[in-house]
Amino acid sequence: MSALAALIRRDIKIALRVGGGALIGVLFFLTVTVLMPFAVGPDLALLSRLGPAILWLGALLASLLTLDRLFTADHEDGSLDLIVMSRTPLELACAAKALAHWIAAGLPLIVATPVLGLLLNLDGTATLAVAATLLAGTPALTFTGMIGAALAVTLHRGGLLLAVLVLPLSIPVLIFGVAASQAAISGPLPFGTPFSILCALSLASLVIGPFAAAASLRHGLD
Amino acid sequence: MRLSGRNLKCVRGGREVFSGLDLAATEGEALAVTGPNGAGKTSLLRVLAGLLVPADGTIALEGGDAELSLPEQAHYLGHRDALKPALSVAENLSFWREFLGGKTEDAGRCLAAVGLDHAAHLPAAYLSAGQRRRLSIARLLSVRRPVWLLDEPTSALDTAGQALFAALMRDHLASGGLIVAATHLPLGIDARDLRMGGAA
Repeated sequence: MSALAALIRRDIKIALRVGGGALIGVLFFLTVTVLMPFAVGPDLALLSRLGPAILWLGALLASLLTLDRLFTADHEDGSLDLIVMSRTPLELACAAKALAHWIAAGLPLIVATPVLGLLLNLDGTATLAVAATLLAGTPALTFTGMIGAALAVTLHRGGLLLAVLVLPLSIPVLIFGVAASQAAISGPLPFGTPFSILCALSLASLVIGPFAAAASLRHGLD
Repeated sequence: MRLSGRNLKCVRGGREVFSGLDLAATEGEALAVTGPNGAGKTSLLRVLAGLLVPADGTIALEGGDAELSLPEQAHYLGHRDALKPALSVAENLSFWREFLGGKTEDAGRCLAAVGLDHAAHLPAAYLSAGQRRRLSIARLLSVRRPVWLLDEPTSALDTAGQALFAALMRDHLASGGLIVAATHLPLGIDARDLRMGGAA
């Protein structure tokens, strides 16, 4: 256990230091959301209707932006070799890395959501709903994205490939995330229905992601 | 303890790197793998470390911990130093010490042993190639592993560093460890030579 805790601590520390990925993701999220009202125009009703979708898209792209470095950085400096050789099962090490990435890059997005909700004319309930769906849904983005990140190690220079591989997998998360937010704002569906499916997607990816990523890393060793 | 490989064959990218290779090393013994560039020295070490799957042949470690595989009982010191530039020297070492686990040594003493104790709080980004190598060597000392797999361990080290590392290797052998090292330079310790053939 202490090995996994050490791995999580290290990855968070690196992400938060200068040149780490945590701040880049939040800044990107901020940029996308701030630009949107300028592009859509001053129609407040339209803006609040689009709000949840804009926030979700921003969060999806921001998490994708930093995810491709999840394993390639460790691969390039040789750390991945030692992680593969170690006594910690590779599946658990992958899960720990994804968890660290979510804490460093995913949580700040959720924290920033209330501020950005103001820019999109979302009221308190709507902001809360979007934040709740992001909290439930972003782990799914990280843990499915991890599979693509592991494949990117195998296929050298797979940064662009990551987007192509991961985006289709994240479509269900996007659909149910936005649906749950809309349900909380305007109905007619109860909030619980799409939200439960969103939680189920997260839980499933929590299980599948580490195994798929570890298998891909083992297969791709060279 | 005895490390042995029989009839090993390695294929990378559809090209046969080596085949029919036998090796053996016992407790307290060092094996120096030599040969021209491209002979497959690094591939052999990566096969032993479990990072490459041999196309044929078997590897066995007798007399080690029966619960653990060979890679789990080995240190691998490769070309790449496995250091994070954003972390300090001490943070880099203590991460590997905690992550690799098992029997560990005091991190401060390991840094002192490789002559890096004065730079403990410096970010690893500012280290020279030789200092990075010294820090990697400190990792070998901080966690006790009986088998050391070393790939060009002395390449970036200065003369004093090479002498220091030779002494550390001698201590490791004396305490019942075994070493397999790929090298072009003399290691500075008594080692049996394993000559690998020319590039195919």
